[in-house]
Amino acid sequence: MTTNTKIEVARYNELPMRIGRKVKIAEENIALFKVTSGEVYAIEDKSPHPKGGVLSEGLVSGDYVFCPVYDWKISLIDGKVQAPDYGQVRTYEVQQEDGKIVIII
Amino acid sequence: MDKQKLVMIGNGMAGVRAIEEILRENPNLYDITIFGQEPHPNYNRIQLSTVLQGDTTVNDIILNDWKWYENNNIRLFTGESVIDLDLKKKYVRTDKDRVVVYDKLIFATGSSPLMIPIPGVEKQGITGFRDISDCETMINCSEQYKNAVVIGGGLLGLEAAKGLTNLGMSVKVVHLMPYLMERQLDATASTMLKQELERQGISFLMEKQTVEITGEKRVSGLRFKDGSTVDADLVVMAIGILPNKALAEQVGIDANRGIIVNDFMKTNSKDVYAIGECAEHRGIAYGLVAPLYEQAKVLAKHICNKETEGYQGSVTGTQLKVAGVDLYSAGEIESGPDTKAIRVENEYEGVYKKVLIRDNQVVGTVLYGETAESTRLFRMLTQKEDISQMTSLSILQPAGEAEESDVASMPDEELVCGCNGVSKGTIVEAIHAQNLTTVNEVGACTNAGRSCGRCKPMIGEILEHTLGDSFDSSQQKEAICGCTTLSREEVVTEIRAKGLTNVKEVMNVLDWENDEGCSKCNPALNYYLGMVYPEYKDERVARLVNEKMHANIQKDGTYSVVPRMYGGVTTAEDLKKLAEVATKYDVPLVKLTGGQRIGLFGIKKENLTAIWEELDMPSGYAYGKTLRTVKTCVGKTFCRFGTQDSMGLGIELEKKFERIDTPHKFKMGVSACPRNCAEAGIKDIGIVGVDGGWEIYVAGNGGTDLRAGDLVYTVKTKEEVIEFASVFLQYYRETGTYLERTSKWVERMGLENIKKVLEDETQRTLLLERLDKTLARYNEPWKEAIENDEIKEKYYQVTTY
Repeated sequence: MTTNTKIEVARYNELPMRIGRKVKIAEENIALFKVTSGEVYAIEDKSPHPKGGVLSEGLVSGDYVFCPVYDWKISLIDGKVQAPDYGQVRTYEVQQEDGKIVIII
Repeated sequence: MDKQKLVMIGNGMAGVRAIEEILRENPNLYDITIFGQEPHPNYNRIQLSTVLQGDTTVNDIILNDWKWYENNNIRLFTGESVIDLDLKKKYVRTDKDRVVVYDKLIFATGSSPLMIPIPGVEKQGITGFRDISDCETMINCSEQYKNAVVIGGGLLGLEAAKGLTNLGMSVKVVHLMPYLMERQLDATASTMLKQELERQGISFLMEKQTVEITGEKRVSGLRFKDGSTVDADLVVMAIGILPNKALAEQVGIDANRGIIVNDFMKTNSKDVYAIGECAEHRGIAYGLVAPLYEQAKVLAKHICNKETEGYQGSVTGTQLKVAGVDLYSAGEIESGPDTKAIRVENEYEGVYKKVLIRDNQVVGTVLYGETAESTRLFRMLTQKEDISQMTSLSILQPAGEAEESDVASMPDEELVCGCNGVSKGTIVEAIHAQNLTTVNEVGACTNAGRSCGRCKPMIGEILEHTLGDSFDSSQQKEAICGCTTLSREEVVTEIRAKGLTNVKEVMNVLDWENDEGCSKCNPALNYYLGMVYPEYKDERVARLVNEKMHANIQKDGTYSVVPRMYGGVTTAEDLKKLAEVATKYDVPLVKLTGGQRIGLFGIKKENLTAIWEELDMPSGYAYGKTLRTVKTCVGKTFCRFGTQDSMGLGIELEKKFERIDTPHKFKMGVSACPRNCAEAGIKDIGIVGVDGGWEIYVAGNGGTDLRAGDLVYTVKTKEEVIEFASVFLQYYRETGTYLERTSKWVERMGLENIKKVLEDETQRTLLLERLDKTLARYNEPWKEAIENDEIKEKYYQVTTY
C-alpha cells in the first residue's frame, strides 16, 4: 500500500519541448517541463521569490528555468534557486508509463 | 614549501578586497579560507539601497561571484559563523563545529545596525538596514503593510526611507535632531534636502526621541518622549552602526569602539589582523568604503612582506544615493571663527554650494543640487592646495563655455574613483599599458567604478580623451551576457559572416558556455537574427514570457489584454465588445492605459484565446519590444488650434510599423500644433504639426531616462514624415543593442552621425528595402493563436484535475 497518488497529466509525445505546462491538481499548481535532453520535470508552479509569481511560463535552458517575473535561475532537478539568489521550490517525482507522464503526489 | 594558512572571518567588501590585493601581491603565498555569515558571495553593500529602491537586483550587485572564489582556490564557507578561536593553538571553530587552523588570521567582521535598547525592540516588524536579508524583510513587509517608520535621519535612514516609498509604503522618518544628516550638512543644505524628500512623498518627525515600541507580538506604533505617538507596521532602525568586536574581545584582543589596530592593521595579538568596519585605527572606526579599501592595500602589502608606509587615516566625503538628490559633503561643515565661507545659493536652479576656507586652504565643502566639482574640491581639501590665486565665483556665463570637460586639465594624481582610491594617472597608465577600450575593462584592471559607480561617466571621458581618434564610442559595450565574452557587435558580425540562422546554431558555433543560453542572450539573439534576416522565422521559446504569450504577465500570474486602437481612436462597436467581454469574464480591472487605449487586467491564462476571439481586435503589443502606440491629439478635424491631421498621420504610422521587432519598445506621437497635446517631445519619434509642415523630433523618452526629443527636420508633407520614420526606425533596428532605447542609442551614435547616414540616398533606399521586406513577415498573433490548435495547446493550455 502506498499513500502516494499517481496522476496522469500528459502524453509524452504531446508535451512541447522547452515550453512549460501549467497543471492544477486540487489545490496544487504544478509546472511541467520537457527539456531538450528529453527529460520531463515537475516543480511547484510558484517562484520562491518573496513576491511569488508563476514558473510555468519561464524561459527554459538545459535543466533550468528562469523565473519569468524576477529572472531567478532555478534548477528543475532539485528545485534549488541558483546563486546569488537562494531558495528552493518543491519538486515532484515524474514517471513515464507507456508514453504517459505520471506525477506522484 | 607548504603555503601558509590564512583564515578570514567575514566575507564583506573590505575583507574580500584585502584578499584580492593579497592575490595581486603574491598569489602563491597563502592557502585562503573565508567564513561568511550571510549565504552570499561578496556583494556591494553600498548598492543595497538601489536594490531596495528597485533600480537593481541582488544579482547585479555581486562583486565576486562563486566562480571567483573557485578560480582563486579560496575555500569559502557561507552561512557559517566563527564562534570561538584559540590564539595560542591558532585555530578557529564555527557554529557548525568546523575547526580550521591558521598561520594568519584576519577579522573582517564588519558591523551591525545599532538597535536602540528601548521597551518593545524585540517585537516583530523591526529591522536594521544592513544586508540582503534586511532588504528582503522590507520588501516582504511592503506587500502586506502600509505604514513604515524609519528611525534616523542620516544617510542610511534616508536611503531606506526612499526605498520603502518606492515599494509603495507610506514612510515617516523620525529624527532626534532638528536637521537631517546634521553631521554632513549645514542647515541650508539640510532644509533643501528635506523639502526635496517631502516632495518625493516622505514625511518627517523632527526632534523626536523614541522611548517605546508599542504593539502585541508585532509592532503597531512608536511612542515619543513628548508623549506623542505614531502608527507603524514596520520600523527600520538606522541610527548608526556598531563594529562587530565581540569575538575578538572574548579572546582578549584589545578593543575599544572597534578592534584596535596599528598602521599595519595588526591587532595586539600576534598574527591577528583586523580590517574594515570592525577595526579602529587611531580612534576612528570607518564606515565608508574608500578608507577601507586603503586599509586593504596596506594589509595586503604588509602580510605579503612588501614595504608599505602604513595606513595614515583618511578624510572622507559623503554622498547620498537617492534619485533626484545630488548631494556631496566632505571635511568641516559649520563655519567657525577662523574660517571664511564661499556660499553660492542658486534658488533658480535649486543649487547650493558652500566651501569653507582657512588660511587659503579648503577645509570643508557642502554641495547640493550639483556635485560635478566634488572631486576637484575634495582634491584641494586633501592636498591642502593654496587657493588664493583661483577665481572663486563666476555668475551667468554663456552656456557651454564654462562646461568644458576638465578631464584634460585634471592633474594625474586627482582621484577619479573615490571609493577605490584610483587616480586619473593610474587609469591613463592602465589604458596605455593594457590597451583598454571600455569603462568595464578599466574597472576590471583598476577597480575604478566598481563600487558606487558614480565616476563611470568620468572614466568614459578619460578613455575618450586618452585614446583620442582611436576611441570608438560604439565600442563602449560589454559581452551580451554571462554565457559568452562576445559583444553585440561581434555576435552580429559572426551571424553575418558564418551565415548562422538560428539561436541554437549561434550558441553552438560561438562556443556558448551554457548550451541553451540564459534569459538575457536568448531574446537578444532572437532579435539579432530577426534583424539580420528579413525572412527570419521567429523562435518563440527564445522569447521571454510576455512576448511568448502575446500578453503581459502580472505579478499574480494573470495577464493583461490590450487590443490595438490605432492612434487612440476607437468606435462604439469596439467599446461594446470590450464591455461585453469585461462583463462576461468578470474582468477585475478595466483601465485606460498610458498609450491611449483600453486594457483588461487580471485575465486568466486559460481565458486568453477565448477573449481574443470575442474581441476580434488585433493585439496592441503592449508587451513587446516593438512599436507600442502612436499617441495623437484630436487635430484639425475638431480642434480649433490644430493645423494638421494628426489622427490621420498617427493611424497611418501605427498601421505601417505595428508588430516590427525593435531593440526595445518604441513609441510615437503626433500632435497637430506646438501645444503638443500628444506629448511628442518625449517619444522615440515625435511629430508636431506646424503651419505648412511637420517638425520631427527623435529620441525623446518619458520613462526612466527622461529626455526631451531632438528636433531633426521640419518637412512639408506627411510622405516625408513617413519616409523619415521608416529609415530612422530601420537604422535603429540595425545598429541598436538589444534593450537599448533610442534615447541611449542616439547619445551613443551621435545624432549628427545618424543624420549623415539617413541623408545618403543609397543608404536610404537600402534601409527602406530591408524594412519593407521585414514588415512583410509578420502575422497578427492573436488571430494566429485563435485559428491554430497547436499554438493554443502549446502555449495556452492549462490542465486541471
